[in-house]
Amino acid sequence: MTTTPRTLLEKIWDEHLVCSPEGEQPILYVDLHLVHEVTSPQAFEGLRLASRKVRRPETTFATLDHNVPTTDRRLPIADPISAQQIDTLRHNCQEFGVRLFDLGDADQGIVHVIGPELGLTQPGMTIVCGDSHTATHGAMGALAFGIGTSEVEHVLATQTLRQSRPRSMEVRVDGILPHGVTAKDLVLYLIGKLSTEGGAGYVIEYTGQVIRQLSMEERMTVCNMSIEAGARAGMIAPDSKTFDYLRGRDHAPRDFDKAVARWEQLPTDALAVYDRVELFKAADVVPQVTWGTNPAQVIGVDGTIPDPANFSDEADRSSAIRALEYMGLESGRQVVDISVDRVFIGSCTNSRIEDLRAAADVVRGHQVSSSVHAMVVPGSGRVKRQAEQEGLDTIFLNAGFEWREAGCSMCLGMNPDTLSPGERCASTSNRNFEGRQGKGGRTHLVSPAMAAAAAIAGHFVDIRTWHYR
Amino acid sequence: MQPFVTHTGIVASLDRANVDTDQIIPKQFLKRIERTGFGQYLFFDWRFLADGSLNSQFELNHPKMNGASILLARRNFGCGSSREHAPWSLADYGFRVIIAPSFADIFFSNCFQNGILPIRLPEEDIAELFQRASRDQPYRLSASLETCLLTDDAGFSRSIEIEPFRRKCMLEGLDHIGLSLRQSKSILEWETAHGLADSKAV
Repeated sequence: MTTTPRTLLEKIWDEHLVCSPEGEQPILYVDLHLVHEVTSPQAFEGLRLASRKVRRPETTFATLDHNVPTTDRRLPIADPISAQQIDTLRHNCQEFGVRLFDLGDADQGIVHVIGPELGLTQPGMTIVCGDSHTATHGAMGALAFGIGTSEVEHVLATQTLRQSRPRSMEVRVDGILPHGVTAKDLVLYLIGKLSTEGGAGYVIEYTGQVIRQLSMEERMTVCNMSIEAGARAGMIAPDSKTFDYLRGRDHAPRDFDKAVARWEQLPTDALAVYDRVELFKAADVVPQVTWGTNPAQVIGVDGTIPDPANFSDEADRSSAIRALEYMGLESGRQVVDISVDRVFIGSCTNSRIEDLRAAADVVRGHQVSSSVHAMVVPGSGRVKRQAEQEGLDTIFLNAGFEWREAGCSMCLGMNPDTLSPGERCASTSNRNFEGRQGKGGRTHLVSPAMAAAAAIAGHFVDIRTWHYR
Repeated sequence: MQPFVTHTGIVASLDRANVDTDQIIPKQFLKRIERTGFGQYLFFDWRFLADGSLNSQFELNHPKMNGASILLARRNFGCGSSREHAPWSLADYGFRVIIAPSFADIFFSNCFQNGILPIRLPEEDIAELFQRASRDQPYRLSASLETCLLTDDAGFSRSIEIEPFRRKCMLEGLDHIGLSLRQSKSILEWETAHGLADSKAV
């Protein structure tokens, strides 16, 4: 039997298409629905008002991450409004029969860290969450994207979503990443080239030699930031690394070999055609630092702050002028001359065990600069315990870092972990928007190794020159 | 949902690209568990100074934009976080229409869930609208989903491109979930075909 060659996206889409009623948007089946405290209360309330139930509570999993303290969990939550939001999710999960990874739960953590970690995220799945970084799960070969709260309610009630078929974009990166260049640098580089809206309307599939060489956690970092290029989702075809990662995890399929046989059919067929193709060379990528107020405003650590006058596009130019003013930076300044006040290592982009190992390798034998306040926030309870078993916490604590409990923390600063006005932060998170980490705060996005080095030196450092002890 | 048939209102022009949802509604206001009352926090860090007074430099605080219900912006409006609090705050403030060269995908979908009509126009039309809105007097536009036209009273007229299904939902103020539940039979068939239907009722 011959079939039309299809992309990974098309295979997952076709498999999950429930129906396309005449004159309506297609209805897509959702395999896994992840829920957190910030974007779900209004959705559960909507169900309650309409006397509706959660259609498949067994495929719905909730965690507390965005708005939780990362300090001692035995203490009551100081902010009464935060406490109410947290209690509301507990109450909703109990009422609607949804499994919650609560603050005392050993498996609690950032939603996009625990999904893969628990084996909930699997190749070929459709996965949604009321969070734009849901694309992270695409690293496992799933179609995963963020949705709004009304859509969360729709998924809870129907286990489906109305979706127009997205277009496909292949982002192929050939070659191998140079020494000192990480997955974070790669994705920041790609966003800089594609622009913040270059991926709008598309699902990106990352391909090429570099992508194959990345570990699963590195692939998650890449897919995680697809939204920062405007893409609805990012994905990577599953391979033996994917299967090895999943084998033995709590929620992995019982008949694993049978599942692997099915997953091996998922990668894009050789003759399949993408709607758009973008090619890049790994050799061109150097360690990246953002200088502005969106993730596409990024340059190499060996560069200088750009001059807005050199931007040909009017909107880019005015945006750059505003950004430099907000960031308190002047054109022509060397990136490595910029000093930082704070360092944040964490977030759904870079809080997994490999990220913490990379940061700890840089920190070992050094001390945090006396002018810097630095913290490490592991992505989940499991990551935290693993790091402690390896002694990474001791390395961080001895160097002067704070070692916190799992949560989103200063990535979005909903909890007490925020920047003060004017404070400059080297952050491993995903957004450098104005005020993102605290009103008036100035965020520079970097890799975990670059953030760790900035904490030690008190300013940005080209990690390729770092003296490892 | 409130139906959208036609709307005429004052235009507020926000001459910025890549306005992200963190600016539209800063995170400190996402702790609330209600769907309403977010208008007072719209563009909070831009609208208000540190002491809580109005920032007179911010476009929306200009007297001629008082009571504005149509927002004009530059490209990639609503990028970043998926927070539906962004359209909730825009709607609660009084906006029914947003016009820009392009919108971020999730924000675009979220608008339709909340009776806000996002209109995409080519860059040159947006430039023309910014020009027309730059005069001292309040500038008004009308958007109609019956005729699918965006017009002013001085000769500007452009067609509004919108997916037929979305247009129908907006015109009739349809409950999206109710509409999808009409397809329960298909959903159950899908679940049955995938071995998931044992415990489910239609």
